Amino acid sequence: MPNHGRRVIGAWIVLSVVATPLVAIFLGPELPPGHASQQASEQVFDNTVITSIVTPVIALLLVFFVYALMTFRKAPGGALVDGPPLRNDNTIQVLWVALTSVVVLFLAGFGTYELLQNGSGGGQGPSPIATPSGPKLQVQVIAQQWEFTYRYPSYGGVETSQLVLPENTEIELHVTSLDAIHSFWAYELGIKADANPGNDNIAFLKTKGPDTFKVHCAELCGLWHGYMFSNGRVVSSSQFAAWVKQQQQVYAAVQQYMPAYATTYFPDPQRRAG
Amino acid sequence: MNVRRLLGFNLLTAILLGIGGWYVGWFAAHGVVGPSIAYFGDVDYNELSIFMAYVCGVLGFLIGLGFLNYPFARLRGYPPSLREKETGGAGRYFGLCTDHKVVGIQYLIGIGVFFFIGGLNAMLIRVELLRPDHQVWPAGTYLTVVGIHGTMMMGMFTSGILGPFGNYLIPILIGARRMAFPRIEALTFWLLMAGGVILETTVFFGGFPTGWTGYAPLSIQANAGIDCYILFFALVGISMTLLGLNMIATIVTMRAPGLTWTRLPIFVWGVLSTSALMVLAAPVLIATLLMAMLDRTAQTSFFIAAAGGSAYLYENLFWVFGHPEVYVLALPGFAIVLELLPVFARKPLWGYRLAVAGLMGVSLLSFFVWQHHLFVSGINADLRPFYMLSTELISIPTGFTFICGMMTLWRGQIRYTVPMLFCLAWFFNFLIGGLTGVFLSDAPSDVTTHGSFFSMAHFHYTIMGGLVFTFFAGIYYWVPKMTGFQINERLGKIHFWSMFILFNSTFFPLFIAGFLGQPRRVVTYPHNLQFLNQWVSISAFLLGGSMLIFLYNFVKSLVFDRIPAPANPWGSKSIEWQLPSPVPVHNFDRIPVFSSDPYGYGEPAAPIAAPAGAPAGRD
Repeated sequence: MPNHGRRVIGAWIVLSVVATPLVAIFLGPELPPGHASQQASEQVFDNTVITSIVTPVIALLLVFFVYALMTFRKAPGGALVDGPPLRNDNTIQVLWVALTSVVVLFLAGFGTYELLQNGSGGGQGPSPIATPSGPKLQVQVIAQQWEFTYRYPSYGGVETSQLVLPENTEIELHVTSLDAIHSFWAYELGIKADANPGNDNIAFLKTKGPDTFKVHCAELCGLWHGYMFSNGRVVSSSQFAAWVKQQQQVYAAVQQYMPAYATTYFPDPQRRAG
Repeated sequence: MNVRRLLGFNLLTAILLGIGGWYVGWFAAHGVVGPSIAYFGDVDYNELSIFMAYVCGVLGFLIGLGFLNYPFARLRGYPPSLREKETGGAGRYFGLCTDHKVVGIQYLIGIGVFFFIGGLNAMLIRVELLRPDHQVWPAGTYLTVVGIHGTMMMGMFTSGILGPFGNYLIPILIGARRMAFPRIEALTFWLLMAGGVILETTVFFGGFPTGWTGYAPLSIQANAGIDCYILFFALVGISMTLLGLNMIATIVTMRAPGLTWTRLPIFVWGVLSTSALMVLAAPVLIATLLMAMLDRTAQTSFFIAAAGGSAYLYENLFWVFGHPEVYVLALPGFAIVLELLPVFARKPLWGYRLAVAGLMGVSLLSFFVWQHHLFVSGINADLRPFYMLSTELISIPTGFTFICGMMTLWRGQIRYTVPMLFCLAWFFNFLIGGLTGVFLSDAPSDVTTHGSFFSMAHFHYTIMGGLVFTFFAGIYYWVPKMTGFQINERLGKIHFWSMFILFNSTFFPLFIAGFLGQPRRVVTYPHNLQFLNQWVSISAFLLGGSMLIFLYNFVKSLVFDRIPAPANPWGSKSIEWQLPSPVPVHNFDRIPVFSSDPYGYGEPAAPIAAPAGAPAGRD
């Protein structure tokens, strides 16, 4: 009788050794979200590592099922034949549990390590633990039904309808909402942070060179959720300075009616305009 | 037609009393909150009257079915009785019946109907997404369709396997004649049906915009259609809690002599672990929805940040229920796969204790992972590493199920029957569903995949690929036992292959769409994703067509062809196949005595059920 187990393991090792580097080298760079920011690049690396670890797992099950389903089929016709009454095998159980545990613990450890660098672009609430060092530009993202606006506290708290960021800068995003739960998602930048009313959700971002990116709302927030998207830009520092100055002039007339910059806002739902 | 047969406690009376109760509640609540001249002309609905209308409607419905007859009879001094309306013709299936086999079939048909309604909603969603711009449905209608699809599937399918197959099979598999609480068993079914109708009536109140999660404060500001969502899910929660309690009580206390814990069929273990999840998780849902209801009617502010509440509170409570809930959906699928593989591989279940440990481990861990739904929400950000770890740890007990199934196939004598094909497809689907879950459980990777079509594709792989495939495996496997008629195998195979291929063709591209940045629940999407979405839409329509093949086969085989099924067509050693098809009302003439588990393939014959010599148990 052929040694089925050795055949499957052998084929698995061969397939894994061939496929895993191919996946890492060719599929890895294609994985989202791209390289428009440091956080995005880190996520691409993270996704590449996960995909590479997942590849041998898929290979094992693929090899096993193709082999088992072709080899162990009952011959057509005839009476029912029973297979061998194998009820257990401690070696296989221990090996399997050990292998899955090692993979899982590695993944969790690796994910934690990556996360604690700078939060990987995710919202970390009002007191973030994974904070990059150095000076940061604060930008507030205010979500409301159904648009995002942005305030720049270091530029007099000017509020704009478009997100423009300077290149090669550490940015501290403060995301909050005025009504329902929204989620600020800048896909290309690898940033996602929920906007909760009454909550200051901080996410860190290190921009790279000049670029454009899309902003979507990623949490169902009511009727026009599907239209809650816009474009943003990463520009050079001088262009950014010019842009902010221009925005300050444009919004100077309304600035005096704006509430002072704060981490959260509580609009009174009963209050009528005028 | 004998008109007098229509009088009495039956479905017709129930519907009439349900509608009557609805109006009584509506007007009574209006009386409480103050007079209003144009009761039905109000644009701004009176929330209290909507809730009261539906609550009274449900009460009227249950009274009409006869659920209060027994308590009143007991109050009037009549002797206790465990059974109700178990003899008689097809009429049993249209009312309160305490025969667990009738309830199982009621569940199968009832849930099946709502499954098709939910599936139809999915088709409507895909029509809208044929083009990247908003075109077919008004935005509010689109969100309502999305919400009904999600809510209907998630709510109804909590009992998708425990309802039909659990109710039908558990007493038989443990050698009992009934469930522990037969009236409660019937109640769980009728509550679910009332709930399903209530959810559909949301369209008369403007629908609801929240999807199946019903996040506050959106749900608090939403129009009156959300009340139907709240009532539906609360009824589902009540039904789940009662169903779980009933199952646990039955399995723990009513096993036949000799049926020790290590001889239980693995399906019974699956039902037991799922029931534990239901009993512990569903009450949280009921409480959460009660709070949402109070926020809407009584001006409380549990979830309104501006008035001292918190939107996080709802998210937390919902997912404390919601994550165990998705394992309520997945675990019965594991159990069906492990139950059927030994039959079609003709080998004992490999690693029985490991399989049980897997089911129990998944149930236990599923209570410790809920904040992975909130990785980017900003809540408890310091705990993200913990939730990442606990989520990924679930793959270890899930892996137990895989290795037990795989080693059961190893060196077996595999027969590729229709139920077996569905079980094997489970491995493929759940592998993809599970491994894509690794990306979502990894907090850095989740930043991009969260709330995108990637997560949507992931849970369709685990729930449709895991639960619905095994649901069909159960149908093809057990319906011949339930009805006594064969299901056409050739059409079954056509159904399987079309469903398997089209399911993957529908949902696999959605991983790519999510990776490329398509958010969930939107009416518009970037133009470069149009091809993917069109591919998915067309696959989805064809997938709907594949369901019609099933429907045709089901009706043709069971209504028109009616070819009697052999008592044991699969050659199974499990006890339900040793009984005549369909199973007689009292299941067993004498309570069986078990001397082994039902997986003794290739082993010297040990009698599973020794009917002789055992005294008939109390009924």
